[in-house]
Amino acid sequence: MFFDSFAEFLAMGKHGFYVWLCYGITALVIIANILAPIRQRKKLIEQQVRLQRREKKNASEA
Amino acid sequence: MWEALKRLYHRMGSPKWFYEISARWLPWFAIPAALFMIVGTVWGLAFAPADYQQGNSFRIIYIHVPAAILAQSAYAMMAIAGAIYLIWRMKMAAWVAAAIAPIGASFCFIALITGAIWGKPTWGTWWVWDARLTSMLLLLFLYFGVMALQKAMDTEDTSAKAGAILSLVGLVNIPIIKYSVEWWNTLHQPATLKLTEESTMAMDMLIPLLIMIVGFYLLFATLIFMRTRNSVLWHERKKNWVKKLVQVQAEK
Repeated sequence: MFFDSFAEFLAMGKHGFYVWLCYGITALVIIANILAPIRQRKKLIEQQVRLQRREKKNASEA
Repeated sequence: MWEALKRLYHRMGSPKWFYEISARWLPWFAIPAALFMIVGTVWGLAFAPADYQQGNSFRIIYIHVPAAILAQSAYAMMAIAGAIYLIWRMKMAAWVAAAIAPIGASFCFIALITGAIWGKPTWGTWWVWDARLTSMLLLLFLYFGVMALQKAMDTEDTSAKAGAILSLVGLVNIPIIKYSVEWWNTLHQPATLKLTEESTMAMDMLIPLLIMIVGFYLLFATLIFMRTRNSVLWHERKKNWVKKLVQVQAEK
Protein backbone atom coordinates (compact mmCIF):
# COMPACT_ATOMS: atom_id res chain seq x y z
CA MET A 1 0.00 0.00 0.00
CA PHE A 2 1.34 3.40 -1.02
CA PHE A 3 -0.67 5.43 1.50
CA ASP A 4 -0.19 5.40 5.29
CA SER A 5 -3.86 5.67 6.20
CA PHE A 6 -7.29 5.39 4.63
CA ALA A 7 -7.84 9.13 5.08
CA GLU A 8 -4.67 9.80 3.08
CA PHE A 9 -5.87 7.38 0.41
CA LEU A 10 -9.11 9.33 0.08
CA ALA A 11 -7.29 12.66 0.03
CA MET A 12 -4.86 11.59 -2.76
CA GLY A 13 -2.45 14.34 -1.76
CA LYS A 14 -4.37 17.43 -2.81
CA HIS A 15 -5.88 15.68 -5.82
CA GLY A 16 -8.67 13.64 -4.25
CA PHE A 17 -11.45 15.58 -5.98
CA TYR A 18 -9.96 15.12 -9.46
CA VAL A 19 -9.03 11.47 -9.07
CA TRP A 20 -12.33 10.36 -7.55
CA LEU A 21 -14.37 12.41 -9.99
CA CYS A 22 -12.63 10.63 -12.90
CA TYR A 23 -13.11 7.17 -11.44
CA GLY A 24 -16.73 7.95 -10.53
CA ILE A 25 -17.70 9.17 -14.00
CA THR A 26 -15.94 6.23 -15.63
CA ALA A 27 -17.74 3.75 -13.37
CA LEU A 28 -21.11 5.32 -14.24
CA VAL A 29 -20.46 5.23 -18.00
CA ILE A 30 -19.31 1.60 -17.86
CA ILE A 31 -22.31 0.51 -15.76
CA ALA A 32 -24.68 2.26 -18.19
CA ASN A 33 -22.97 0.44 -21.08
CA ILE A 34 -23.49 -2.93 -19.36
CA LEU A 35 -27.10 -2.28 -18.36
CA ALA A 36 -28.26 -0.95 -21.74
CA PRO A 37 -27.92 -4.21 -23.73
CA ILE A 38 -29.30 -6.27 -20.80
CA ARG A 39 -32.44 -4.12 -20.69
CA GLN A 40 -32.75 -4.13 -24.46
CA ARG A 41 -32.56 -7.92 -24.55
CA LYS A 42 -35.26 -8.24 -21.88
CA LYS A 43 -37.54 -5.85 -23.74
CA LEU A 44 -36.95 -7.62 -27.04
CA ILE A 45 -37.79 -11.06 -25.67
CA GLU A 46 -40.86 -9.83 -23.78
CA GLN A 47 -42.12 -8.18 -26.95
CA GLN A 48 -41.67 -11.38 -28.97
CA VAL A 49 -43.32 -13.49 -26.25
CA ARG A 50 -46.36 -11.20 -26.31
CA LEU A 51 -46.48 -11.35 -30.10
CA GLN A 52 -46.38 -15.14 -30.09
CA ARG A 53 -49.17 -15.38 -27.50
CA ARG A 54 -51.34 -13.07 -29.56
CA GLU A 55 -50.70 -15.07 -32.73
CA LYS A 56 -51.57 -18.29 -30.90
CA LYS A 57 -54.82 -16.78 -29.61
CA ASN A 58 -55.77 -15.51 -33.03
CA ALA A 59 -55.05 -18.90 -34.55
CA SER A 60 -57.26 -20.73 -32.03
CA GLU A 61 -60.13 -18.27 -32.52
CA ALA A 62 -60.04 -18.47 -36.28
CA MET B 1 -5.31 -22.75 -44.57
CA TRP B 2 -7.21 -20.58 -47.08
CA GLU B 3 -10.11 -23.02 -47.02
CA ALA B 4 -10.25 -22.91 -43.21
CA LEU B 5 -10.29 -19.11 -43.28
CA LYS B 6 -13.05 -19.11 -45.84
CA ARG B 7 -15.07 -21.51 -43.73
CA LEU B 8 -14.63 -19.27 -40.67
CA TYR B 9 -15.71 -16.23 -42.67
CA HIS B 10 -18.89 -17.93 -43.83
CA ARG B 11 -19.69 -19.09 -40.32
CA MET B 12 -19.11 -15.58 -38.96
CA GLY B 13 -21.66 -14.44 -41.49
CA SER B 14 -24.26 -16.76 -40.00
CA PRO B 15 -26.25 -14.95 -37.28
CA LYS B 16 -27.44 -18.20 -35.72
CA TRP B 17 -23.91 -19.55 -35.47
CA PHE B 18 -22.72 -16.30 -33.90
CA TYR B 19 -25.58 -16.26 -31.43
CA GLU B 20 -24.82 -19.76 -30.24
CA ILE B 21 -21.05 -19.50 -30.10
CA SER B 22 -21.09 -16.05 -28.43
CA ALA B 23 -23.22 -17.43 -25.58
CA ARG B 24 -20.36 -19.81 -24.84
CA TRP B 25 -17.69 -17.14 -25.29
CA LEU B 26 -19.33 -14.41 -23.20
CA PRO B 27 -18.26 -15.60 -19.71
CA TRP B 28 -14.69 -16.08 -20.93
CA PHE B 29 -14.56 -12.38 -21.72
CA ALA B 30 -16.85 -10.93 -19.04
CA ILE B 31 -15.27 -12.59 -16.00
CA PRO B 32 -11.63 -11.84 -16.89
CA ALA B 33 -12.71 -8.28 -17.83
CA ALA B 34 -14.08 -7.74 -14.31
CA LEU B 35 -11.01 -9.34 -12.70
CA PHE B 36 -8.48 -7.33 -14.73
CA MET B 37 -10.32 -4.06 -14.15
CA ILE B 38 -10.68 -4.60 -10.41
CA VAL B 39 -7.03 -5.63 -9.96
CA GLY B 40 -5.83 -2.78 -12.21
CA THR B 41 -7.94 -0.18 -10.40
CA VAL B 42 -6.92 -1.24 -6.88
CA TRP B 43 -3.27 -1.51 -7.92
CA GLY B 44 -3.27 1.82 -9.72
CA LEU B 45 -5.15 3.71 -7.01
CA ALA B 46 -3.65 2.29 -3.84
CA PHE B 47 -0.36 0.51 -4.58
CA ALA B 48 1.41 2.25 -7.46
CA PRO B 49 3.78 5.00 -6.29
CA ALA B 50 2.84 8.67 -6.85
CA ASP B 51 4.43 10.53 -9.74
CA TYR B 52 7.34 12.70 -8.59
CA GLN B 53 6.06 15.67 -10.64
CA GLN B 54 2.29 15.25 -10.73
CA GLY B 55 1.70 13.60 -7.37
CA ASN B 56 -1.43 11.49 -7.08
CA SER B 57 -3.38 13.08 -9.93
CA PHE B 58 -1.33 10.88 -12.29
CA ARG B 59 -3.48 7.92 -11.15
CA ILE B 60 -6.08 9.16 -13.64
CA ILE B 61 -3.77 7.63 -16.28
CA TYR B 62 -5.16 4.18 -15.43
CA ILE B 63 -8.48 5.06 -17.03
CA HIS B 64 -7.51 7.89 -19.35
CA VAL B 65 -4.94 6.00 -21.43
CA PRO B 66 -6.84 2.69 -21.78
CA ALA B 67 -10.03 4.59 -22.72
CA ALA B 68 -8.19 6.71 -25.31
CA ILE B 69 -6.45 3.69 -26.90
CA LEU B 70 -9.71 1.78 -27.01
CA ALA B 71 -11.71 4.70 -28.45
CA GLN B 72 -9.28 4.78 -31.40
CA SER B 73 -9.00 1.05 -32.05
CA ALA B 74 -12.77 0.69 -31.67
CA TYR B 75 -13.17 3.31 -34.38
CA ALA B 76 -10.80 1.42 -36.68
CA MET B 77 -12.70 -1.83 -36.04
CA MET B 78 -16.00 -0.10 -36.79
CA ALA B 79 -14.60 1.20 -40.08
CA ILE B 80 -13.28 -2.27 -41.01
CA ALA B 81 -16.67 -3.83 -40.23
CA GLY B 82 -18.26 -1.12 -42.38
CA ALA B 83 -15.88 -1.90 -45.24
CA ILE B 84 -16.71 -5.61 -45.01
CA TYR B 85 -20.39 -4.70 -45.28
CA LEU B 86 -19.79 -2.42 -48.25
CA ILE B 87 -17.65 -4.92 -50.16
CA TRP B 88 -19.14 -8.31 -49.33
CA ARG B 89 -22.63 -7.32 -48.10
CA MET B 90 -22.18 -9.31 -44.92
CA LYS B 91 -25.12 -8.30 -42.70
CA MET B 92 -23.38 -9.40 -39.52
CA ALA B 93 -20.64 -6.84 -40.25
CA ALA B 94 -23.20 -4.02 -40.35
CA TRP B 95 -24.67 -5.15 -37.03
CA VAL B 96 -21.21 -5.32 -35.44
CA ALA B 97 -20.43 -1.80 -36.71
CA ALA B 98 -23.69 -0.56 -35.19
CA ALA B 99 -22.82 -2.30 -31.91
CA ILE B 100 -19.35 -0.74 -31.75
CA ALA B 101 -20.44 2.88 -32.37
CA PRO B 102 -22.09 3.68 -29.01
CA ILE B 103 -19.46 1.73 -27.05
CA GLY B 104 -16.60 3.53 -28.83
CA ALA B 105 -18.32 6.87 -28.26
CA SER B 106 -18.58 6.06 -24.55
CA PHE B 107 -14.86 5.33 -24.26
CA CYS B 108 -14.04 8.44 -26.27
CA PHE B 109 -16.17 10.47 -23.85
CA ILE B 110 -14.36 8.88 -20.87
CA ALA B 111 -10.97 9.74 -22.42
CA LEU B 112 -12.01 13.38 -23.00
CA ILE B 113 -13.62 14.00 -19.62
CA THR B 114 -10.84 12.33 -17.59
CA GLY B 115 -8.31 14.27 -19.69
CA ALA B 116 -10.05 17.54 -18.87
CA ILE B 117 -10.25 16.73 -15.15
CA TRP B 118 -6.58 15.66 -15.17
CA GLY B 119 -5.62 18.85 -17.01
CA LYS B 120 -6.98 21.14 -14.29
CA PRO B 121 -4.43 20.29 -11.53
CA THR B 122 -1.64 19.52 -14.03
CA TRP B 123 -1.84 22.33 -16.62
CA GLY B 124 -4.06 24.71 -14.68
CA THR B 125 -6.83 24.51 -17.29
CA TRP B 126 -9.65 22.12 -18.18
CA TRP B 127 -9.27 22.50 -21.92
CA VAL B 128 -6.95 23.86 -24.62
CA TRP B 129 -7.67 23.89 -28.33
CA ASP B 130 -4.51 22.06 -29.30
CA ALA B 131 -4.12 19.31 -31.88
CA ARG B 132 -4.45 16.28 -29.57
CA LEU B 133 -7.53 17.47 -27.73
CA THR B 134 -9.24 18.84 -30.81
CA SER B 135 -8.66 15.71 -32.90
CA MET B 136 -9.96 13.59 -30.01
CA LEU B 137 -13.08 15.76 -29.79
CA LEU B 138 -13.47 15.31 -33.54
CA LEU B 139 -13.37 11.54 -32.96
CA LEU B 140 -16.31 11.84 -30.57
CA PHE B 141 -18.27 13.84 -33.18
CA LEU B 142 -17.38 11.27 -35.83
CA TYR B 143 -18.86 8.57 -33.58
CA PHE B 144 -22.03 10.65 -33.18
CA GLY B 145 -22.19 11.20 -36.94
CA VAL B 146 -21.81 7.50 -37.70
CA MET B 147 -24.46 6.62 -35.09
CA ALA B 148 -26.87 9.14 -36.59
CA LEU B 149 -26.30 7.93 -40.15
CA GLN B 150 -26.74 4.30 -39.13
CA LYS B 151 -30.35 5.20 -38.34
CA ALA B 152 -30.95 8.04 -40.77
CA MET B 153 -31.99 6.50 -44.09
CA ASP B 154 -35.18 4.87 -45.29
CA THR B 155 -33.86 1.36 -45.40
CA GLU B 156 -31.48 -0.45 -43.11
CA ASP B 157 -29.19 -1.19 -46.01
CA THR B 158 -28.64 2.43 -47.06
CA SER B 159 -28.31 3.51 -43.41
CA ALA B 160 -25.60 0.93 -42.81
CA LYS B 161 -23.84 1.95 -46.01
CA ALA B 162 -23.93 5.66 -45.13
CA GLY B 163 -22.56 4.94 -41.66
CA ALA B 164 -19.84 2.76 -43.15
CA ILE B 165 -18.76 5.43 -45.63
CA LEU B 166 -18.51 8.16 -42.98
CA SER B 167 -16.57 5.82 -40.66
CA LEU B 168 -14.11 5.07 -43.49
CA VAL B 169 -13.65 8.76 -44.32
CA GLY B 170 -13.14 9.56 -40.63
CA LEU B 171 -10.35 7.00 -40.47
CA VAL B 172 -7.85 9.71 -41.53
CA ASN B 173 -8.37 11.26 -38.10
CA ILE B 174 -6.78 8.26 -36.32
CA PRO B 175 -3.14 8.86 -37.41
CA ILE B 176 -3.70 12.59 -36.79
CA ILE B 177 -4.61 11.82 -33.16
CA LYS B 178 -1.61 9.54 -32.79
CA TYR B 179 1.02 11.91 -34.20
CA SER B 180 -0.60 15.16 -32.99
CA VAL B 181 1.71 15.29 -29.96
CA GLU B 182 4.75 15.00 -32.22
CA TRP B 183 3.70 17.24 -35.13
CA TRP B 184 2.41 20.19 -33.13
CA ASN B 185 3.44 21.96 -29.94
CA THR B 186 1.10 20.93 -27.19
CA LEU B 187 0.53 20.82 -23.48
CA HIS B 188 -0.28 17.14 -23.82
CA GLN B 189 2.57 14.88 -22.81
CA PRO B 190 4.03 12.52 -25.43
CA ALA B 191 2.99 8.87 -25.48
CA THR B 192 3.82 6.93 -22.34
CA LEU B 193 3.61 3.56 -24.04
CA LYS B 194 5.64 2.80 -27.13
CA LEU B 195 5.54 -0.39 -29.12
CA THR B 196 9.02 -0.14 -30.59
CA GLU B 197 11.05 1.41 -27.79
CA GLU B 198 11.20 1.00 -24.08
CA SER B 199 8.40 2.78 -22.32
CA THR B 200 9.14 5.90 -20.27
CA MET B 201 7.30 4.61 -17.24
CA ALA B 202 8.59 2.84 -14.13
CA MET B 203 7.67 -0.84 -13.91
CA ASP B 204 5.50 -0.55 -10.80
CA MET B 205 3.44 2.14 -12.55
CA LEU B 206 3.43 0.40 -15.91
CA ILE B 207 2.16 -3.05 -14.91
CA PRO B 208 -1.21 -1.85 -13.54
CA LEU B 209 -1.62 0.27 -16.68
CA LEU B 210 -1.11 -2.76 -18.92
CA ILE B 211 -3.56 -4.74 -16.77
CA MET B 212 -6.14 -1.98 -17.18
CA ILE B 213 -5.66 -1.89 -20.96
CA VAL B 214 -6.28 -5.64 -21.19
CA GLY B 215 -9.31 -5.23 -18.91
CA PHE B 216 -10.77 -2.45 -21.09
CA TYR B 217 -10.34 -4.54 -24.25
CA LEU B 218 -12.03 -7.53 -22.62
CA LEU B 219 -14.91 -5.32 -21.49
CA PHE B 220 -15.17 -3.92 -25.01
CA ALA B 221 -15.41 -7.44 -26.49
CA THR B 222 -18.07 -8.37 -23.91
CA LEU B 223 -20.15 -5.30 -24.76
CA ILE B 224 -19.89 -5.93 -28.53
CA PHE B 225 -21.10 -9.50 -28.02
CA MET B 226 -24.06 -8.36 -25.90
CA ARG B 227 -25.18 -5.71 -28.39
CA THR B 228 -24.64 -7.83 -31.49
CA ARG B 229 -26.58 -10.71 -29.92
CA ASN B 230 -29.55 -8.37 -29.43
CA SER B 231 -29.23 -7.27 -33.02
CA VAL B 232 -29.24 -10.90 -34.21
CA LEU B 233 -32.38 -11.66 -32.17
CA TRP B 234 -34.19 -8.64 -33.60
CA HIS B 235 -33.28 -9.23 -37.24
CA GLU B 236 -33.94 -12.97 -37.10
CA ARG B 237 -37.14 -12.69 -35.03
CA LYS B 238 -39.23 -14.23 -37.82
CA LYS B 239 -36.91 -17.21 -38.20
CA ASN B 240 -37.79 -20.51 -36.63
CA TRP B 241 -34.79 -20.78 -34.35
CA VAL B 242 -35.56 -17.45 -32.67
CA LYS B 243 -39.27 -18.33 -32.41
CA LYS B 244 -38.35 -21.54 -30.62
CA LEU B 245 -36.02 -19.61 -28.33
CA VAL B 246 -38.83 -17.18 -27.50
CA GLN B 247 -41.25 -20.07 -26.94
CA VAL B 248 -38.96 -21.48 -24.26
CA GLN B 249 -39.02 -18.06 -22.60
CA ALA B 250 -42.81 -17.82 -22.88
CA GLU B 251 -43.33 -21.13 -21.10
CA LYS B 252 -41.25 -19.99 -18.15
